Amino acid sequence: MKRFGKLVIFLVMVAMLSTACATATPAAPAESAGPFRVAVVTPSAINDLAFSQSIYDAMVKIQGEMGEANFQFVLSDGMFVVDDAAAAIRDYASQGYNLVIAHGSQYGAALQEIAPDFPNVSFAWGTAGDTFGIPNVFAYEAFSQEGGYVNGVLAAALNESGTIGVVGPVEVGDAKLYVDGFVAGVKATNPDITVNVNYIGSFGDVALASEAAQTHIGAGADVMTGSAQMVVGAVGVAKEKGVLWFGTQADQTSLAPEIVVACQIYDWAVVVRDIISLIQEGTLGGKAYAVSLQNEGLKMIYNPGFNLPADVKALGDAATKGIIDGTVTIGVGGK
Amino acid sequence: MRISWSSIFDALLPLIATAAALAIGAVMLVLLGANPLVAYGALIEGAFGSFNAVADTIVKATPLLLVGIGICIAFRAGVINIGGEGQMILGGLSSIAMGLAFPNMPGIIMIPVALLVGFAAGGLWGGIPGYLKARFNVNEILSTIMLNVIAVQLMNLLLRGPLIQPNQKGAAAIPQTARLAVEYDLPRLIPTRLHLGALIAVILAVAVYFFLWRTTIGYRIRAVGLNASASRYAGIKVERYIVLSLMLSGAFSGLAGAIQVYGVNHFMITDGTAASFTGSAGFNGIVAALFGQLHPIGAIPASFLFGALLVGANKLQRVVQVPAALITALNGLVVVFVVSSEIWRRKNARKRAIRELEEKLANVAHKSHSEGGDQNAG
Amino acid sequence: MLADLFTGSVLIGLLASGIRLATPYLYAAIGETFGQRSGVLNLGVDGIMLMGAFSAFYVVFKTGDLVGGVLLAMLVGLLMGLAMAFISVTLNAEQGISGIGVYLFGLGMSDLLFQKLINNVQTVSGFPVAPIPFLSEIPVIGQIFFTHNVLVYGAYLLVPIAWFVLNKTTLGLKIKAVGENPEAADTLGVSVAKIRYLTVSMGGLLSGVAGASLSIALLNVFQFNLTNGLGFIAIALVYFGGWRPTWVLMGSLIFSFVNALQIWVQVVGIPIPSDIAVMTPYILTIVVLVISAQRVRPPSALSKTYERLE
Repeated sequence: MKRFGKLVIFLVMVAMLSTACATATPAAPAESAGPFRVAVVTPSAINDLAFSQSIYDAMVKIQGEMGEANFQFVLSDGMFVVDDAAAAIRDYASQGYNLVIAHGSQYGAALQEIAPDFPNVSFAWGTAGDTFGIPNVFAYEAFSQEGGYVNGVLAAALNESGTIGVVGPVEVGDAKLYVDGFVAGVKATNPDITVNVNYIGSFGDVALASEAAQTHIGAGADVMTGSAQMVVGAVGVAKEKGVLWFGTQADQTSLAPEIVVACQIYDWAVVVRDIISLIQEGTLGGKAYAVSLQNEGLKMIYNPGFNLPADVKALGDAATKGIIDGTVTIGVGGK
Repeated sequence: MRISWSSIFDALLPLIATAAALAIGAVMLVLLGANPLVAYGALIEGAFGSFNAVADTIVKATPLLLVGIGICIAFRAGVINIGGEGQMILGGLSSIAMGLAFPNMPGIIMIPVALLVGFAAGGLWGGIPGYLKARFNVNEILSTIMLNVIAVQLMNLLLRGPLIQPNQKGAAAIPQTARLAVEYDLPRLIPTRLHLGALIAVILAVAVYFFLWRTTIGYRIRAVGLNASASRYAGIKVERYIVLSLMLSGAFSGLAGAIQVYGVNHFMITDGTAASFTGSAGFNGIVAALFGQLHPIGAIPASFLFGALLVGANKLQRVVQVPAALITALNGLVVVFVVSSEIWRRKNARKRAIRELEEKLANVAHKSHSEGGDQNAG
Repeated sequence: MLADLFTGSVLIGLLASGIRLATPYLYAAIGETFGQRSGVLNLGVDGIMLMGAFSAFYVVFKTGDLVGGVLLAMLVGLLMGLAMAFISVTLNAEQGISGIGVYLFGLGMSDLLFQKLINNVQTVSGFPVAPIPFLSEIPVIGQIFFTHNVLVYGAYLLVPIAWFVLNKTTLGLKIKAVGENPEAADTLGVSVAKIRYLTVSMGGLLSGVAGASLSIALLNVFQFNLTNGLGFIAIALVYFGGWRPTWVLMGSLIFSFVNALQIWVQVVGIPIPSDIAVMTPYILTIVVLVISAQRVRPPSALSKTYERLE
């Protein structure tokens, strides 16, 4: 019985604590006509030089444009546990933020349940194309196969060994879209080139990504690319071995200025700007966006430090132009 | 029953240790430019501040408790189960496969069937290390760590293959299943997220207590854990009980996974890690079990407290906008402090034992003295 | 395609890859072997590795001093090892659980420091490949074994040293005695606490080096959770190796070779789902252990606390 006695005391203490705190709680900040307030929830760290960083950079950019007095944002990063992310989304929504961005395709189902409970708050989620028909939900996705295709064209033109290596995370979603686009670009330029694709089964295993890059180089690759945050391991190897690298999601030039040729970057500011103006006009959702080369939500960034031959760059520009005006068909993801 | 000051101290010890860890966290918060009072106010508000917050805390605590009571069984048999993560995944996968395969059944039939399927799948996945240990002497720490990784890859394979949501075809497919039929949702205390799984977990914790201390099988499991060679000598088939305890341990983790699916998420998705589905409950459940003195009943408040810490810490991050990494580090400190504080509990217990012994001795001495006096008088 | 897999140069690349991959596992697992031999299970290896990886990276990022990086990683590893020893030996805390606490602390703290002190993902110039004169010129063998960086060689040198210390010195005898029967060792005048402090802090130091081998020798980068659970695999390899350095080496090599192989299988385009390829090293590690049917008993006092009767 002694043990039960202890438990009772323990529970009483917990209960006391909880009531004490309930009274001491500061009231949630009231909604005001002040700055536009955004809350962002991301699955990985905002400095991952990949997916999560892309939305963070967009927030910083918009804050720069609108000024801190008019635009404020808060964020919860590293929310890879969907359940925790759902709690964060719900909590931010209840605090009167104008817009809550759930930056991960894994958050969709949670958003579908939360958004109807907060009809006055606007939500956005991506990457996906589905607003579930809920009036206060925006959706955004990236046609990452487009930049993948351009990178593939450039890679094929610079390739000499006849082999190109690709390091992917898990064989799904945005990463697969990019990789498939890349392969299509290579094949369209030179069908004889072998493209070796390796999915390492993880978004976080930098060591395995590095070893995959070593293996690609061992198999004769002189040009490589890859997607997601663990590719920094592959970039390191490419730098060491002097193998060319094409990036995506964020500008990876700073990692290895010697060998990064070009990167496709996501500029979500294009989307967020439009969402903000819609919200200010009173439209809280219902629109699905896609960033593309055409609307400049996707951009090809060429490393100024890399001496890219003019004729090769012309090929890349032609591919970009072709995708924008629709004369180039990628054959991936409806493009 | 007597409540002494030292036993009150014992009961409060985990709270005192948590407070000490949070004091160090306060220094870190100050260094990060945040006000620790505001931060911890938010933590407590996030965990207990409203009925809804308490409900969220209980929802978080539910898988911890289920994994935790499984851990109690394994530990009592003298084996360590680090495979909770993988077992939860198997439980989740099998139960959702069941629910998706038969979408038109009444919920009252499908829910118990699916939970049992999850229970069984976790049991099988936990039985593998059990069998390998009993038959081939493969250490269960090795096999459970390996099986966790295998389970994650299995989840990736199934979620982007046979179990994928039918409209998620093509290159940009998100590796997620369809949502389960709404009839299959575990009953919920609307408007909160508190679901029936919490009650199931508490009932099972009590049941496991009776199982371990009031049944022959339970007695044998504990005997094996206390002294395997003596048990063997006494005619207990040690290997059989090792397999059984790891199976049961896995089964409760599997059930935790199934309840996570039917009570909370209603679908499954993978980002290539175990934690995205389990929330690391397979590991945190071990911590909760040990906080609860490896006693299934003790695991109930321990899970609740640990769940509160996890829920509250996320709220803290949102309110004072410190990096989420601080929360992880803080959790680590709390675990270390609470487990280290056990030494005072043991010291107290020893002191009490010594005092009781002294009292008894004094009683005996007193008696014999007075008896002696009688003799003198006689 | 299968023929591609077994051409000479491919095989050499594969073996060299396996040798390299095994490096961090070796440092961490050998360190853990000492701790476990003396009776302490340290589940915090992965967290200590992360702290070591960050410390080394930070020094190299700021100053370019590679040796300084390794030294700081050693120091940080040593301090975390000492903390673990204090928790598990002096405070007699449950070892498995305090290890999980140490892991969580290292996981969070290394990322927090990274965000505050460096902020962005960056690369550094780590230890360059240092071919060993003469030996590296031997055909095939030279490329596989003797064309790596210094920290890779160090990991393999550690194995005979560890074997020697455990089997041929008084210290080794004391370590094993403390792990098998602390009461008896104590009676014979061996300080259980002192030996355990020594082994656990050395284990921490080596885990620090294991982290450094990732951040400034093999990957030359730091990122949140750089080790990705590698420390837990290292602990599994200690069990695989039956607490003997040579067998730990075998386990690390088998695991790493199969991992290198699964990458190859995917690269040459053999049509196996990537998930199945990725899980093979883990399955194979278990299978090898089943086939080899080892009958090695863990140290009797492993993960049991020892309190002197006063």
